[in-house]
Amino acid sequence: MAVKAKGEFYKSSIFWALLALGLLLLFNLAATPGFFKIEIKDGHLYGSLIDILNRSSSLIIIAIGMSLVIATKGIDISVGSTVAITGAMAALLIGGNLQIVDGVQTFTTNVPMAVAILGALVLATAIGLWNGILISRIGMQPIIATLILMVAGRGIAQLLTNGQIITIYYKPYFFIGNGFLLGLPFSIYLVLIVLAATLLFTRKTALGLYIESVGINPVASRVTGIDEKKILLFVYAFCGFCAGIAGLIVSSNVKCADGINAGEMFELDAILAVAIGGTSIAGGKFFLIGSVVGALLIQTLKTTIYSIGVPPEINLIIEAIVVFIVMNIQSAEFRKLVFRMKPAKE
Amino acid sequence: MSNNDLILSVDGVSKQFPGVKALSNVSFRMFKGEVHALMGQNGAGKSTLIKVLTGVYPTDSGTILLGGKPIAPMSTHDAQQLGISTVYQEVNLCLNLSVAENIFIGREPKKFGMIDRKAMKKSAASLLKNRLNLDIDVSEPLSSYSIAIQQMVSIARGINIDAKVLILDEPTSSLDEKEVNQLFDIMRKLKNDGMSILFVTHFLEQVYSISDRITVLKNGELVGEYFTEDLPPMKLISAMIGKEYKAADYAKSKAAAAEQSASRQTILNVRNLERKGSINEMDFSLKKGEILGLAGLLGSGRTETVRLLFGIDKADKGHFEINGKPVHIHSPIAAIEHGFGFCPEDRKIEGLIGDLTVRENIILALQGRTGTFKTIPRSKQVEIANKYIKALGIKVTDCEQIVSKLSGGNQQKVILARWLATSPAVMILDEPTRGIDIGAKSEIIDLILDLCQEGMSFIFISSELEEVVKCCSRVVVLCDRKKIGELEGENISEAKILHLIAEGNN
Repeated sequence: MAVKAKGEFYKSSIFWALLALGLLLLFNLAATPGFFKIEIKDGHLYGSLIDILNRSSSLIIIAIGMSLVIATKGIDISVGSTVAITGAMAALLIGGNLQIVDGVQTFTTNVPMAVAILGALVLATAIGLWNGILISRIGMQPIIATLILMVAGRGIAQLLTNGQIITIYYKPYFFIGNGFLLGLPFSIYLVLIVLAATLLFTRKTALGLYIESVGINPVASRVTGIDEKKILLFVYAFCGFCAGIAGLIVSSNVKCADGINAGEMFELDAILAVAIGGTSIAGGKFFLIGSVVGALLIQTLKTTIYSIGVPPEINLIIEAIVVFIVMNIQSAEFRKLVFRMKPAKE
Repeated sequence: MSNNDLILSVDGVSKQFPGVKALSNVSFRMFKGEVHALMGQNGAGKSTLIKVLTGVYPTDSGTILLGGKPIAPMSTHDAQQLGISTVYQEVNLCLNLSVAENIFIGREPKKFGMIDRKAMKKSAASLLKNRLNLDIDVSEPLSSYSIAIQQMVSIARGINIDAKVLILDEPTSSLDEKEVNQLFDIMRKLKNDGMSILFVTHFLEQVYSISDRITVLKNGELVGEYFTEDLPPMKLISAMIGKEYKAADYAKSKAAAAEQSASRQTILNVRNLERKGSINEMDFSLKKGEILGLAGLLGSGRTETVRLLFGIDKADKGHFEINGKPVHIHSPIAAIEHGFGFCPEDRKIEGLIGDLTVRENIILALQGRTGTFKTIPRSKQVEIANKYIKALGIKVTDCEQIVSKLSGGNQQKVILARWLATSPAVMILDEPTRGIDIGAKSEIIDLILDLCQEGMSFIFISSELEEVVKCCSRVVVLCDRKKIGELEGENISEAKILHLIAEGNN
């Protein structure tokens, strides 16, 4: 992980991100009454903290995919659009009608829900593969390659939904974004599964090492026998897949597919989460846990801004100011300048 | 050389890094209009001394006087303003900018607050012509010129700021002989104009052909300051490595190797290897336990040949046979599967994964060969890394050190270790001793000879013919992207190789 020796921990980015998160929570303790209160209703846990976890789930999952992309010195700004497309696809496949037959409510779907979910995820992965092909085979720069789908993707989502916002009436589908399992929101389990699987795949196999190696020096990686094109293809496909899961959560959560607003600005929030988590945008070492903390920080900040009643028109300004402060404090150069602290040893 | 001519005087400078005393009470003087060679093995403190002079590191103690006034540069920019300019080993310029832009970047001539491009081009051209005798189109991008020209553009950039002291840190390591002479002409001209040049190199003969005085460092301490004519090469080497240097006696083992190789089986056969613009009609073979040299000038097709062999570039034509069986090598992965290892010419660009640790760098190729999902357990990785760190004498704090923090010789050993860990049948070494100090150099050569005894085959490229002659039992001589001859056993000598190349040039 980010930390080599115990004494070095305070110098790592993740430490500062955690500190910022802690301070934000402390601020809420004072500013928002009942912020830390967790109630049990119908065997489900409710409260602001649970709410933050639930709301941040889609961002965390995207940030995990984005971490791998950024580690290869790439970027994927099409994830927000992918969220919209996946939602639209799922909605289209499920459709759903509320039928009342003989006074009994039944839910119908166009295709079985499992098929719809699978179809949407396959589409999301295909989108990621498309990005990966443009970047690894055609040699397009990542920001340009993914810009194509960032722009076109919203159009595609609207094409799928015929320009309408499709409402989903199939109740079992709502479980993904609203359901509870063992007292906790189901989306939290999705986050844990994605995180655990990614950690396992990148840290228990050589994949993580290859990804970092390609991000640091693609030419040398190739000479060393790493198929850098395959690695690039994989990380973009995986990032698309993650955005697909997020798309399912979002569309299930709001019970509709909105081609224009679903996943809006997710790409930027995800990139920010990865950066806050300590992964350099210049590629190389990546920190999945850091990205998770980064995403939690962003969501906590958003919730805080809402709950203390900041006027909506300056929400983004407050958010930007806090992010600016966090990023600066993480910079060893800045700390040295301001606090006369020793910079992190390289 | 009176004290009036003293331009730079470093007195009792020390610099401590965590765990290492990089400079310990070092004193050093430079006079006006001299070429001063700074010598020492890797880790002797040369780089640190240069970085102290150019403001990269502050000193812990001691004084630096420039023209009699104490200075304490805070940055390279600061040092340049004071009159100390540096040209680094790796060209530190922007390849996609024009030559003129590179020379004036950061201090462009201005007119009404805008860059005066016309004036910039004109002064760049006249600067290169008058001071460096270099007549090139300054509006072309730098990338369209050879490394030698790029090197000279960085010198032009250095001297343009009215430098009093010019530091050249291994400027010749990527130049061929003609280019080196061109550089030396420029150095002599600058010297006659009154500039003082500090010259760092690993090539001893260059020290003797250009420098007036020599300062030798060892383990961060000053060994001594000498007039070049008072210090014969043997004494210089002794001063650098701190013991009597005995030219190793390779002749015997070589004769034995040649004798053995005659009876040995051919493991690699290359026929009609061709790629447009890089190599024509190349044939050669390699026997088990043999060191095959590829000799030729820079650009003769040596590197191109091995790049085709290792599948980095794709050949237009050519047949490979390994142990008599035809194979296709279309990528480095395929080459590795067929038992090749490859230490590339440019270890920074093609070899090292700079931000990874020594352990990760060493196991990378082996892991690739083992397969992504058959991860080598961490404990095994550490074991492998430590084995090679010990066997090759790589100087590290531990195997988790970041590889880019190591010195050049140790980085090269890490790359060697990476390939040795895959136990290759054929090891391709492209300039394995380039830019590394004399001690590490002979260690690497010894290692190659030992491994060859154990049956590993090598394809060996070096710009230093002496090394080729020393190691190889057979030498393929290249000229103008063609094979022009082959020498074997007793017939291998620098004179014969040069003779072949000279003939090839006619």
